[in-house]
Amino acid sequence: MSETTSWPGKAVTSAPVPEERIAAGRRLLLLSGCALALVTFVSLAVGPTGISIDDLPLAISAAIWGSDDIEALRDRLVLLELRLPRTLIGAFVGAALAVSGAMMQGMFRNPLADPGLIGVSAGAALFAVATIGFSDGLLSWWHALLGIYALPIAAFIGGVVTTALLVGIANRSGQVATATLLLAGIAFGALAGAATGLIAYMSDDQQLRDLTLWTMGSLSGATWDKVLAIAPFAVVLFVSLPYLVRSLNGLLLGESEAFHLGINVKRAKYLIVALTAAAVGASVAVAGVIGFVGIVVPHFVRLIAGPDHRVLLPAAALVGAVVLLCADVLARMLVAPAELPIGILMAIIGAPVFLHLILRRGVSG
Amino acid sequence: MNHAIRKTLFVLLAAILLPVTAVSGADTASKPATDAGPRIVSVGSDITEILYELGLGEKIVAVDTTSTFPAQALKEKSNVGYMRALSAEGVLALAPTMILATRRAGPPEAVKALKSSSVKFVEVPDEHTADGILQKIAMLAEATGREKEAQRLTKTVSDAFDALNKDREAITTRKRVLFVLNASGDRMIVGGKGTSAEAALRLAGAKNAADSITGFKPITPEGLVAMAPDAIVLMRGGRDGDDAKALAQRPAVKLTPAGAHPEPMILPMGGSYLIGFGPRTPKAVRELMTWLYPEIGKAELGGNKS
Repeated sequence: MSETTSWPGKAVTSAPVPEERIAAGRRLLLLSGCALALVTFVSLAVGPTGISIDDLPLAISAAIWGSDDIEALRDRLVLLELRLPRTLIGAFVGAALAVSGAMMQGMFRNPLADPGLIGVSAGAALFAVATIGFSDGLLSWWHALLGIYALPIAAFIGGVVTTALLVGIANRSGQVATATLLLAGIAFGALAGAATGLIAYMSDDQQLRDLTLWTMGSLSGATWDKVLAIAPFAVVLFVSLPYLVRSLNGLLLGESEAFHLGINVKRAKYLIVALTAAAVGASVAVAGVIGFVGIVVPHFVRLIAGPDHRVLLPAAALVGAVVLLCADVLARMLVAPAELPIGILMAIIGAPVFLHLILRRGVSG
Repeated sequence: MNHAIRKTLFVLLAAILLPVTAVSGADTASKPATDAGPRIVSVGSDITEILYELGLGEKIVAVDTTSTFPAQALKEKSNVGYMRALSAEGVLALAPTMILATRRAGPPEAVKALKSSSVKFVEVPDEHTADGILQKIAMLAEATGREKEAQRLTKTVSDAFDALNKDREAITTRKRVLFVLNASGDRMIVGGKGTSAEAALRLAGAKNAADSITGFKPITPEGLVAMAPDAIVLMRGGRDGDDAKALAQRPAVKLTPAGAHPEPMILPMGGSYLIGFGPRTPKAVRELMTWLYPEIGKAELGGNKS
């Protein structure tokens, strides 16, 4: 063990995984799977236009087979054009952020690592904010070229560029230095935050409102275009999970240990960084900056099922999707037809649960 | 492109050096107002508009960033920043003899500091009614001693509102109209109950489609569908009308009566124009009424040029 930091469950990795943990992992996967199905249904079923539960089958059948009933047709459009893309994006973004967080914490062997911390979100947000702030001057050609996609594409490029710069810095000695990557990421985040602040300071009335709206993070802008935009990144991320489990479990022991286990450490790191950058960039692009999921969900899963990435990654994906969808349903229903910022709800729901878990574990050892 | 870069760099520099320029601006900006008379700092788009109408444009040394009309105000005068983020020292450095500010000005600490300074500070209330505008004019006229000019302006404004009141009675079915403060990006902030937007919509003979919420709030796309507005008024930013076209393309907007219309019923309108409740508001309300109820507006617009 080269690491002196200890975080929940770390000691368990080197020891054989106890039966109890395996069972807990299975239970968690099963439960979160059911929860995802349930919350998906709720997310499709509720909304301020008030398609009642009774009308839902009608609306769904209208969606599938068509209908002549005007009411059912409107319900069908609400269902297909508004609720379904929103639900899908919520599930994708929640899962992508949670998995990215889990992978980064595993790679950095640092419980605080998440896409927000190493500056990926900040970079994506900076590009988006710059797009708004300079929309009338320097970057008007960008708006002319891409129209309503100017913002999401800029955010995506921002996330990827930030990551590329980070890897470039951390890679100067020929191998990706984890500590450098983390520290450079924090510096990048601060710098991007300052630049964002400066642009906000210079913005006029209207731009300022655009900025605050955008930085709040929300699933409100969900359309099918955006589902198509984020789906490839999410799918690539999820499909590659099984291939990363072994590398990540090896990396938990330390880099040299992983190397001696026959893991190509450098390639694994590149892969993880690239996948998370793309997934987080795409998430920020479609839903703005949504914090909390990337850091709390993986810890939640670890506290219950231990640090084995075979369980951690899929469970984080499921729980992340569930948490974000829950928060979104509340965000749009509590003050309907207005909307609460989703980050607030996520913290209100998640933080007490998380604290409770930490305290309980802390007492029982 | 090159020009744009230089301009941006300049703005960046200006942002960094702003406190300094604000202080040194005291010397340069004093030129237009040296020939005696007051040196006015105007805070609030409605205040600035009224002062220009009263012929006090020359006496203004600085305005806030919301004072976008008349356009020369922001170009020629020093800038004290956003009206809710004033810096007391920056304002006082301009050596004003009079600060005329809307009640919405802030932050409270800066306003308090300015009030306790030796400079005359007039806080103008912001009532979203016809009388509110007349009150603003009266207060500003009194503070600056321009009662004579104010009489003409008062008459123009109250005549325009009288005509509007009369026409409004002819409207039989009121349309449900949604005021969208902001719709770029993906989300939408609309004007609910108790907002200046609602007041303007009512004056134009419309019903606020967003009366189920209070204040300016972001709404969900489905919330928009539930509100079922017959027409949408979009506060225009700097991007001439493109926002209205983009708005009409959104799935949720298409599900409303406004968006389902073959020619989507979406009207872009300048912010301070309609909801600033300054001297131009009656004209903006008239424009809105004519757009919503063509049959009523037409007959009247011919005879009434306000």
